[in-house]
Order: sequence, then C-alpha cells, then structure tokens
Amino acid sequence: MRNPLSKKIVEIQPSGIRKFFDVANEMKDAISLGVGEPDFDTPWRIREEGIFTLEKGKTFYTSNAGLKELRQEICRYLERKIHVSYDPVRETLITVGGSEAIDVGLRCMLDPGDEVLIPQPSYVSYLPCTVMADGVPVAVPLQAENEFRLTVEDLEKYTTERTKILIMPFPNNPTGSIMTKEDLEPVAEFVKEHDLYVMSDEIYSELTYGTQHVSIASLPGMRERTLVINGFSKGFAMTGWRLGYCCGPEALIEQMTKLHQFAIMCAPTNSQYAAVEGLRNCENEVEEMRKSYDQRRRFLMHEFARMGLECFEPFGAFYVFPSIREFGMSSEEFATRLLEEEKVAVVPGTAFGQCGEGFLRISYAYSLEDLKEALGRLENFIRKLRKEQE
Amino acid sequence: MNEKKEALRIEILKYIEKHSRIDLGELAVLLGAEEADVANEMAEMEKEKIICGYHTLIDWDKTGVEKVTALIEVRVTPQRDRGFDRIAERLYNYPEVYAVYLISGSYDLLVTMEGKTLKEVSRFVSEKLSSLDGVLSTATHFILKKYKDHGTVMVTKKESERIPVTL
Repeated sequence: MRNPLSKKIVEIQPSGIRKFFDVANEMKDAISLGVGEPDFDTPWRIREEGIFTLEKGKTFYTSNAGLKELRQEICRYLERKIHVSYDPVRETLITVGGSEAIDVGLRCMLDPGDEVLIPQPSYVSYLPCTVMADGVPVAVPLQAENEFRLTVEDLEKYTTERTKILIMPFPNNPTGSIMTKEDLEPVAEFVKEHDLYVMSDEIYSELTYGTQHVSIASLPGMRERTLVINGFSKGFAMTGWRLGYCCGPEALIEQMTKLHQFAIMCAPTNSQYAAVEGLRNCENEVEEMRKSYDQRRRFLMHEFARMGLECFEPFGAFYVFPSIREFGMSSEEFATRLLEEEKVAVVPGTAFGQCGEGFLRISYAYSLEDLKEALGRLENFIRKLRKEQE
Repeated sequence: MNEKKEALRIEILKYIEKHSRIDLGELAVLLGAEEADVANEMAEMEKEKIICGYHTLIDWDKTGVEKVTALIEVRVTPQRDRGFDRIAERLYNYPEVYAVYLISGSYDLLVTMEGKTLKEVSRFVSEKLSSLDGVLSTATHFILKKYKDHGTVMVTKKESERIPVTL
C-alpha cells in the first residue's frame, strides 16, 4: 500500500520532550506550573452573551472574514490600544485562534525557499507552520544577557538574501520578555532596510506590567509591512472559544481570507458574538485579571530572590523564565527530577528552542495558594540539589 | 493626600476586602510596595474608620448551628429634624439586627436580622419593630438559600479542567 504521508509532515520533528509532557499530564497528584492558559473563567458577561446568542438561534456561518460588528469593534480596540487604524472590511480577518492566523499568514506570504526569522525561545508553532508553507525556518537565538529581547545584532547574523519574514513574538511565551518602543525602533529600521515583512504575534498584548504594550506596526513605515496577530485567548481568558484575528495590508488580508474561506469557512459564530460583548463591556474584568497576574508575578520574583534562583524580571505574559544553569544539568533533566521527586510540573526551556537550555518556563496563571505550595516544593528541591553539589 | 498614597490605599483596600488575613509583608510584595508603607496606611485607615473591621464569611448552613436570616422592609414616617436617623438608630442598636440600610423606592429601611428560629424573628418583628413609633408597616422575607454572599459564591465550584501542561 502507498504511504499516505507527505515527506514534509513526516520530517517535522515532534517536540523532543513529548515524553516529559505525557508523564506530567498523567501524574494525578502533581502540582502543575506548566499551563499556558489563564486560570480565570471567561468573564461571565461574555459567557452569558454566548448562551444568549445560542438561545436566539445564531448558529449559522458568519461571513468568511467574520462578523462585521466584531471586526469593527476589533479595529476600534486596536486604535485605542496600539494606535494603529485598520479598515474593518478590507484589512481585518477573524480566525480560529491566533494560531490559524500564523498558519494562514505564512502560507499566503511564503514561496519555496523563502526564509523566516524565528526569534527563540518562542511559541512552538512558527517553525512547523513555516515548513508546511514551504518556507525555511531560521531560528534566531535570543540572549539571556539581553533579557531575551530581540536586537539588531541578533538579526544581522541570520539575515540573508532569501529572508522574507521576521516573526515578532512579544510579549513572549515562554520568557515573559517585552519589547519597548526603544527596543523596537532599531529592529523596525533593520526590517525596512532589508525589505522584510513582519508577523507580529501580539496574543499577550493585554498582559504587560508597568508599561503599555507597543506594537511594531505603530512605528513609522511599519504598518504596511506588518501583519498584526492577536486574539481573545489570553487577555480575555477565552482559550477554548478558539477566536483570534489579524490585521494588515489589504492585499495580504484578501488572500488570507481566500485561504481561510477554503480551509475553515469562518470562525465559530457563537464565539464571535460573545467576543463583541467582551470588547464592548469587559475592560474592567480584563484589567482585574491583569492586576492579579501582576501580583503573582511580583510574588514569584520575590520568592526567587529569596531562594537565590537567578531570574530576570519579565514584564509581559504570565511566565517567568528562571535560569537553572548553576545546577549543571539540562532543563529536561531538571524538570523530570522536579516532577518525580517533588511532584511539580514545569516546562523545560528547550521546549521553545535549543537556546532555552538552562532555563525553565514557570507559569503564574495559578492561584496564590497553588503558587505557594509549588514554590515550597521547588525550594526543597533546590536545597537538595545544592547539597548534592557540595 | 498625594496620588501615590491614595493609589496604594485603594490597592490595599481592594485586596484585603477579599483576603483580610494576608500577612503584611506578603501584601507589600504583591502590591510592589514597602511593608512599612502598607502597615502605616492600614493603621491610618483603621483610625479613620475607612477599615471598619475584619470579618469572616461563614457558611453557617454547613455547620450544625440553626440560624435564620430575614430581610425586613420597613416603611416609616420620617421625623422632623432627624429624618430617618433616629428610627434607624432604634433599630440598629439591637444586637440581632445585622444591617440597616436607608433605601430608595417603595419602602424606607431595609433591615437584615438573624435569629435562631422563624419564631424568634417573627416575635422580634411583631413585638419590637412593628410597634415602634413611626413604623407604618413591615414586610418580612426569610432567606431560604444563600447562593452568593459578600461577592463570594457559596455553592461549591467544580475543579479546574485545564490540562496540566500545555505550551
């Protein structure tokens, strides 16, 4: 019988630490700090609107690009938040999570052999999506010394004639790093100089601390060469609703809408109505969640300092990325032993690229009580390791 | 009061309104403030009666203790010079009265009271409340079940269904 599989899909490596994940997800009595989604329920107003629209029988397809009123609300929201205006009809597409926008965007922008710069550590889907779109992924390792922010020096090393796209994954999963306006400016200059296109994944844009998120699209000359991707999963605590969106130049959005139409038809109707309510009336709820993350972030940084665990202060998303290099073992080894010996699940930094070696991703999308319990166990573990080293 | 102090006060109040038992050092960490500043502001706010007490929210239904809670709507004739205040005072001084509010709408005072039995509450209403000078009428409502109290849902919540480790 013929092999049903394409070479392309077979050659994409599954996450090297899949085994670790299987063990962690099966261990019933473990405390996890490994989750990549909010611990809050979706704000009730949003859920109630979802229920109401189901009752009203709003269960049909929407237009391919998404409900017009949702696209209008999104454009108003982006204008308020990142100070960039988009046309809701020609420059906005509603997708099934931000993930679909990453996939469809890359497919619509890449020709075979085009290179995509992927700063790492970062979310795991950019690389396989690039490969499936016939592009060539080029990992750009970020430096711990720069607190995992992207610099022009990093880019210079990896940019070639074939480079077409730069992925901008900030605020960053897994490091919690953000890019300020000052950090973005030289990158934007570099992008223009080399005539690159930017895919800016801003899914964590609501979650910055002490400073507002700045989109690279808001810098001079960048709007026309940036696809802004965002969604409702993180800031609005709507992961399971699968709703994201992207805004960008008309020519790109038009082609993306075409592919989205063939592949997906439209994002879930119910989720779209619920999200309209979220954008109109949930600013307070979103802000309260953000404040709560910020408190937990401060708590973790304080505890790490007390334990003497090295960690730069992150100002975005809901992750901290402490260094475990002092213990002389790999991230996976550390995470595996922590799971087995203290029953705490964290994610090895290498899950997000080789340059995550020596680091752990710890999520603070947990109640303070859970964090305290888990950190107590982490502290025990660290003490034990330090004793072993003596 | 300067803006920073005011902001800190509001952050403290919002936090302790839900978690009054928190340790001061920990509260300072969560709010990104100095422990001494947090302690000072709390002491000042106690003095200023902004913080009026530290209470505990108890679900008495889960204990063996018999308790009934009633909401009583009271219509009264306001008195010259003192409006509703005097009659409100006559009511709130009873220890079994839990809360007294002046209310807009079809009645004037809303009284919350607790008693051991329905009979005890009824007796209080008929003997003490209805017969009070200035009280025109009362309507008593007994609470059958508390779903949510003081912003806290009292019915048991389901366990989280999040997958333990996701990227």
